[in-house]
Amino acid sequence: MIRALRTGTFHLGMGLLSLLWLAPILWVVIMSTRTFDDIAANGVGSLPHSFTLDTYSQAWTDGGELRALINSMLVTVPSVALSLVLAALAAFALSRYRIPGRRTILLLMLAGNLLPPQILLIPVSKFSELTGTFDTLYALIAVQVGFGLGFYTFVLHGFMRDLPNEIQEAATIDGAGPGQIFARVILPLTRPALAALGALSFTWIFNDLLWAITVLRTDDNMPVTPALLALQGQFVSSWNVIAAGTVIAAVPTLLVFLRFQRHFVSGLAIGAVK
Amino acid sequence: MTSVDERVLAAQPPAPANTRPRRRRGKPLSPLLVAFVLVPFAVESIWVFWPALQGFWFSLTRWDGLEPPTYIGFDNYAELAGDATFRGALINTVLWLVLFGGLSVIGGFGMALILQRERRGVGFYRAALFTPVVFSLVVTALVWRVFYQPDGVADELLRAVGLEHLIRPWLADPETALYAVILPALWRQIGYVMVLYLAGLKAIDPALHEAAKMDGANNWQRLRNVTIPQLKGVNAVVLSVIVIDSLRSFDIVWSLTKGGPYHSSELLSTYMYSTAFQSLRLGYASAIAVVIFVLALAVILGYLVRAFREDA
Repeated sequence: MIRALRTGTFHLGMGLLSLLWLAPILWVVIMSTRTFDDIAANGVGSLPHSFTLDTYSQAWTDGGELRALINSMLVTVPSVALSLVLAALAAFALSRYRIPGRRTILLLMLAGNLLPPQILLIPVSKFSELTGTFDTLYALIAVQVGFGLGFYTFVLHGFMRDLPNEIQEAATIDGAGPGQIFARVILPLTRPALAALGALSFTWIFNDLLWAITVLRTDDNMPVTPALLALQGQFVSSWNVIAAGTVIAAVPTLLVFLRFQRHFVSGLAIGAVK
Repeated sequence: MTSVDERVLAAQPPAPANTRPRRRRGKPLSPLLVAFVLVPFAVESIWVFWPALQGFWFSLTRWDGLEPPTYIGFDNYAELAGDATFRGALINTVLWLVLFGGLSVIGGFGMALILQRERRGVGFYRAALFTPVVFSLVVTALVWRVFYQPDGVADELLRAVGLEHLIRPWLADPETALYAVILPALWRQIGYVMVLYLAGLKAIDPALHEAAKMDGANNWQRLRNVTIPQLKGVNAVVLSVIVIDSLRSFDIVWSLTKGGPYHSSELLSTYMYSTAFQSLRLGYASAIAVVIFVLALAVILGYLVRAFREDA
């Protein structure tokens, strides 16, 4: 009896809290389907009196979200792939071989990732001007890879170090070199960690604002996050279009999250128990 | 499935000194392996280490980004000492650290305790609290903008409970702007901290709780004497995450208020950005960045030193 009551209180309390937590998101989704006249007449806080999906086409084409989404993918996919490949190579050599100074190198790489990015903004923007990559997606990819590498290497190192030694020894006896051992033995075993980091870094890079507005200038080059801010200036008080733009910008990371939920969460937790 | 997850969770920091020897004695290091380390290290050096050093150097210069920088020693830092906007931003950053950091730890830890036991519905509740983590802070900001609009959700709610005299332009009122920005940041951070603590709680050996129960410890005693001491490692990570996140916090403030009105929600990071890229005072902005760096280092080192002392 008391137990049933406690279970009931738990579900009631958590149910309400969950609803409260999701309410802002639901509100924006609802708002994206209201007409401008409805919002003008009843205010943004009111319940909907209309339904339309024109807002999405407005945000998509007039608001430039299509272009922005393409830019985001052009930056995010290569950045994730490149960082993971480079980090895996470094982690492999540092964890499976006696590289002189390997601990120092690893900690230095991690420390680089812990630096506040503010100290890098001005030099990085100047450096991209110097190399002629300023205002190109290449600059953004390069800085995303450079800045993320330390953390990815650190996590993959921890993972690879714990793999059993015997398989590698067997491969060595069979005459495999480090390159083959990496590609055929260690990398396949590292897949869970790679999936976790991949899901995580996808959202980090896709959601980034600061680096994008530091190395990019032209609106046509902007990824989704800064484009969403620009949309606000362009559609002042068209709250339904801004809401539709917000929903569009949230969908890719939400999809990655739903698809890789388990990896995503374990990836975040890597930080906790490391 | 779980075994793999556990292995990810158990990713450990570098083992002290004795990484297992793999290279046979006398055999030269393969150039391929050297390249495996050097290429990523070079990439990070070009985009992180070298710029960081330059950042320190720029903070000692006056520079508008067009003319070459002129060395002026510590003049920028002297100017910072008398800059009221900087002082305001510093106070706001500390407030942000305490409020945003403190409340997200309390909220995240509380939620983790409530939701740690596997039972029906718990997955849904965790996912609900966790969903905002997936969105960018810009998306979060826009979601909450609807909430704060004049006649928006916040105002309607206050009206519904008869508190309309409290209604104000939440983001445009210097009295409330900073707190109006902290709230959405918390909304997103609590789920993140919860995940970190859930992982930490899962890693505690259940035998410890069993033993405490046998000794007649109640829930509160077990929380104080078993759970919390066992979470020391997680606490260190959470603290670092919070400090770093607080000092980096930029997106949410930039999207909601740009530090205004009248710098009332200005953080060091937003002040640094506008000084650099809007006022084009690159040397002065670099000095603010160095201050951010020193603060991050001080808090983290301070914590680590204390943690080590407790161990000794």
